[in-house]
Amino acid sequence: MDTTPLANGRNLLEVRGLTKIFGTLKACDQIDLTIAKGEIHALLGENGAGKSTLVKMLFGSLEPNAGQIHWNGQLARITSPGVAKKLGIGMVFQHFSLFEALTAAENIALSLADDTPIGTIAAKARALSYSYGLPLDPDSLVGDLSVGERQRIEIIRCLLQTPDLIILDEPTSVLTPQEADRLFETLERLRSEGKSILYISHRLDEVRRLCDSATIMRHGKVVGHCNPRLETPSSLARMMVGTEVKNAERTTASVRGEELLSICGMSRKPAGPFSTPLKNIWLSVAGGEVIGIAGVAGNGQGELFEAVSGEALQESADAIRIRGKSAGRMGISARRLLGAAFVPEERLGHGAAPRMRLSDNLLLSRHATDGKAFVAGLGLIKSGAIQKAAQRIIDVMDVRKSAPDPEAAALSGGNLQKFIIGRELDRNPAVMVVNQPTWGVDAGAAARIRQALIELARNGSAVLVISQDLDELFEISDSIAVMHNGELSKPIPIADATLERIGLLMGGAEPGHLDHAKEVA
Amino acid sequence: MFEDILITIATAATPLLIAAVGEVVVERSGVLNLGVEGMMVMGAVTGFGVALTTGSPWLGVLAAIIVGALFSLLFGFLTLTLVTNQVATGLALTLLGLGLSGMLGESFVGLPGIKMDYIHIPFLSELPFVGKLLFGQDPLFYVSLLLTAGVAYFLFRTRAGLTLRSIGDNHTSAHALGIKVIAIRYLAVMFGGACAGLAGAYLSLVYTPQWIENMTAGRGWIALALVVFASWRPWRILAGAYLFGAVSIGQLHAQALGIGVPSQLLSSLPYLATVVVLVLISRNRRLTMVNTPASLGRPFVPDR
Repeated sequence: MDTTPLANGRNLLEVRGLTKIFGTLKACDQIDLTIAKGEIHALLGENGAGKSTLVKMLFGSLEPNAGQIHWNGQLARITSPGVAKKLGIGMVFQHFSLFEALTAAENIALSLADDTPIGTIAAKARALSYSYGLPLDPDSLVGDLSVGERQRIEIIRCLLQTPDLIILDEPTSVLTPQEADRLFETLERLRSEGKSILYISHRLDEVRRLCDSATIMRHGKVVGHCNPRLETPSSLARMMVGTEVKNAERTTASVRGEELLSICGMSRKPAGPFSTPLKNIWLSVAGGEVIGIAGVAGNGQGELFEAVSGEALQESADAIRIRGKSAGRMGISARRLLGAAFVPEERLGHGAAPRMRLSDNLLLSRHATDGKAFVAGLGLIKSGAIQKAAQRIIDVMDVRKSAPDPEAAALSGGNLQKFIIGRELDRNPAVMVVNQPTWGVDAGAAARIRQALIELARNGSAVLVISQDLDELFEISDSIAVMHNGELSKPIPIADATLERIGLLMGGAEPGHLDHAKEVA
Repeated sequence: MFEDILITIATAATPLLIAAVGEVVVERSGVLNLGVEGMMVMGAVTGFGVALTTGSPWLGVLAAIIVGALFSLLFGFLTLTLVTNQVATGLALTLLGLGLSGMLGESFVGLPGIKMDYIHIPFLSELPFVGKLLFGQDPLFYVSLLLTAGVAYFLFRTRAGLTLRSIGDNHTSAHALGIKVIAIRYLAVMFGGACAGLAGAYLSLVYTPQWIENMTAGRGWIALALVVFASWRPWRILAGAYLFGAVSIGQLHAQALGIGVPSQLLSSLPYLATVVVLVLISRNRRLTMVNTPASLGRPFVPDR
């Protein structure tokens, strides 16, 4: 394999045989990684490939079981994030490590070891943020900021420590395409200043555009190194997944059926101090079509889902109609009885009770709609019938598991998501509403889920998919609407939807949101 | 007459203030220690016993502080190192403290105690109306005010205080930044214990210089309520402590004057006031969110 001598002055970081074991799972197995000075190095891999574990070891948050890290040619033991920072390693976390109740400047101060007064830090942060084109108000409360703005704090915080190596963990998963462009400009500028960047992603286009070299991981092992500019997206995907990845097949929508789900002028006050209000939302989903809702996280998608599913009731019963019935004042079970099905974003704890078996989870969501099938007189549970139904779902959706009827938490994210979606599909719902159907799901399971959603629509159901993954929405939707700041744009037919147009709407740049008002008037 | 009432209010408020200011540091670090009553009563019995045997109330105070801190260390070890449930462990600490202090103090019952000398500054203390109130109180009264100012300054004006608050807001993020979450929480818990011990010593060396079993009589619980009442801000705790102190003194005077209000109703007033204040402040959810430590009571286990 790579036999570059360790004394090579061009290399900033060299990792040899790094291994991390959790119980019986080898999360990282004999990892080799070399990062040169002044390069942007991609770390590619699917969810669960071990990328996050690897960078946590590089940043000192996890201790490796074996292996060596060389920094500037010297053997280094990174025992804590403090040591990593002192060496010159900075990290921008995927799940932000920010404090919501503190201001941006206070957040930055916390990661700096010295006792610089907050005022000085705020001034420095402001100056630095403007010079990199990432404007930031240091006095704003983090809880009030959008996800993109929060990421700016993370980046500025990292830059203030003047690191030589900056690790970015999936930085664009929360950004609009335009915000991502600005981030790339910043990263290219940093490279021209001689800094090295380790860029973790599973988005192949970005990697090919930005990165000088790439290391690819699968199942905890390094499976290849390459120059991403010389590869095609499909050859990179093959290396990541190990097999060919199929896109979901989409036949064009045949006929628009009758309207099955409609949202009419729905508004909602913010439920908490840091949640988004919904403003005058209009949407109609007909049988046979998939409508996608795009948007940067935290623009009201969660609030919209709660309102549609009945977790939060509306003031007016007419705000939501399911199969023609006014459902705005109905609870979840009543809406399900009308033929609707809902899959929330959070799998564990919201979509499924983690410590309960799959069969129990099946009963929990369907006792109201399928009471006769699953519950006998005196409220006794019909175990046999439930087991049979659970097995049917497992077979249809190809759920892979280690025990006959395991606890929900024992399944991998992708397999649990397949079960949860399958649990709703098994009812053959007329209306299906899904929030983030493939978040954190491996490519194979994601393709299976997307195919199932398309098939459901083609068989006459109305499908509403909320997602932050634009590729996914372009793959399965017949029209895409965009949420921004609690407002929903008009759906754009897929034929007219371009990445640029959707991206502008996600950033709130286009006044397309106002069109409804004219229609109503 | 009026000055005397004000002084008795200050005397009733001081132990509440000391214990609550200690607990606010604990809770700002994200730990909920419901054992204040137990640590306080341990401080009371220790302070009384040591002062009685050595003849020095100051040694009694010192011993009470140390015992309070050690007692809270037990809580810290259980909840931070062994990750037991904080609510259950705090309740257990209170029960243990009440029982243990009763046993240790059995031989002290009925003995006359040692009362801490009041401060007397010539001329100033003799000023009309405010002289005794401002310049002629017991030393711990002044300590309680300095403590409040010190904790307020520490929490909101120093980097160490910012670090402590960050842990209370989000311990996972703090850990990711390399902040030593568990170590800082240990220190916070022991500071709270030391304050509770001091508050206990105040009861047995200043308030009523004698030992009576269960002499804290629920003041630890009032201190806990005060912290929430004050939405975790030290200066509001000062205001709350004097308000609650006034209520409890008013209750005594009302009885003496034969006003027909049941005493049980009056002694429940601090808790009722806490409920009312909680309702009022929760109307502004943003402010509540900013002040409430989001990690309060949540266990933290770093992945290794």
